[in-house]
Amino acid sequence: MVRAGPLAVLLALAAPAAWAQQGPRDVVVVEGDAIPEPLATRPGDAARGRAIVANRSVGLCLLCHSGPIPEERFQGTLAPSLAGAGARWSVGQLRLRIVDGARLNPDTIMPPYYRTTGLRRVARTFEGKTILTAEQVEDVVAYLATLKE
Amino acid sequence: MRTAWIALGLASVFVATFALAQGAADKRRSGYQDMGEALQKMQDDDTANPGMLFVQLGEQLFGRPAGAANKSCADCHGAGSMKGVAARYPAIPKDADKPVDLEGRINLCRTANQRAEPLAPESRDLLSLEAYVAFQSRGQPIAPPSDPRLAPFRAQGAEIYRRRQGQLNLSCAICHDDNAGKKLAGVTIPQAHPTGYPIYRLEWQALGSLKRRLRNCLIGLRAEAYAYDAPEYVALELYLMDRAKGMLLEAPGVRP
Ligand code: HEC
Ligand code: HEC
Repeated sequence: MVRAGPLAVLLALAAPAAWAQQGPRDVVVVEGDAIPEPLATRPGDAARGRAIVANRSVGLCLLCHSGPIPEERFQGTLAPSLAGAGARWSVGQLRLRIVDGARLNPDTIMPPYYRTTGLRRVARTFEGKTILTAEQVEDVVAYLATLKE
Repeated sequence: MRTAWIALGLASVFVATFALAQGAADKRRSGYQDMGEALQKMQDDDTANPGMLFVQLGEQLFGRPAGAANKSCADCHGAGSMKGVAARYPAIPKDADKPVDLEGRINLCRTANQRAEPLAPESRDLLSLEAYVAFQSRGQPIAPPSDPRLAPFRAQGAEIYRRRQGQLNLSCAICHDDNAGKKLAGVTIPQAHPTGYPIYRLEWQALGSLKRRLRNCLIGLRAEAYAYDAPEYVALELYLMDRAKGMLLEAPGVRP
């Protein structure tokens, strides 16, 4: 399961208890600048992913990004537009950017959506939990992959 | 008193204009300048600024005897003696070795001089007294004391300001230094200058302290907020006041 190419990195992630019974991957394999394998067994769903991205308290994406989601009037200007993300990046590349963008850019301000380590003073309600579950990451990736222009 | 307010109210309009004209080299902006015109008008007009009701209440409390000593603030502090005070806090009280902020100073007078119970954080009475005291520094430049003993506390504040924290792994500096002026969803990110506190925030429908504002940002980062009496807030306030040195106080501010 671990294909140790020269650029391969292992991200050991603590498994949030809430969905431990669903068998989350507690080891995510990074190859180059991508995570080729899905985090969850259930395939991502683009419609659900769009709803997560649009939701201010779940995905939080539109706090910083803008994107082709016209019904959400207030979008951020801290980050590039999500339009065309699916044309710029492969599914595996998108997955790593959501899971932990700091792997690519240590100074990134994009929150690590699937990491629980290396964080300080996390509020008790969120302690040990990832921002998105493995299934939600897959949904978001599936949605981003549809953004071809 | 009423006439004095109106006079000061007018002065504050000039103050606001002056703040805008602070000079091209100084890129610092009060959150006031990032608000819409309607809110700026509300802050500038003492008959429309809801914070002024608390100033009024604070004036009454200032003159009311309290505690086992049965003394009022006014018994020790004559009229006008609070001018400039809010511009230099947090500071280290006489015979102490740690800084307190303005609320801490007010409560110190409550317990040590009036021999009364301290007022609860964010209570109406504490905020009103603070508003009354801060109002007397309206239009004055922020002037942190040069006390060298403050340096390590200020440095601690700067460190907290720059450190990433919370589940979102962001720092104050990321938003307020690196991305100020950009939109977080629909909201313009201000530079986080503590010029208006205590503020009347429309979202709260209440007056609130700088501490309450800092807690809101921490909660936004999904970080564990410090307890209300934590020294971390005083450290952050020291750093923020130093960062805003020379900017003009505008308490009580109005914010969305
Ligand atoms: C706090 C700000 C912030 C939030 C919230 C955020 N991002 Fe980002 N994101 C960034 C920034 C800034 C970049 C630019 C690259 C970098 O700095 O690493 C970026 C980069 C990206 C990229 C790659 C850049 C490209 O070419 O498209 C994708 C895809 C992306 N984000 C998707 C998302 C999604 C989906 C969410 C929510 C689940 C999200 N982001 C939430 C700040 C954010
Ligand atoms: C993700 C972005 C973000 C981060 C990180 C953040 N803030 Fe803020 N902050 C804001 C926004 C947006 C506002 C104003 C809008 C509002 O009312 O919520 C604000 C308002 C403020 C204000 C009020 C300014 C005024 O004019 O009244 C202060 C002070 C402040 N923040 C300090 C801090 C400190 C200190 C930290 C770190 C502990 C911090 N902020 C972290 C986004 C952020």
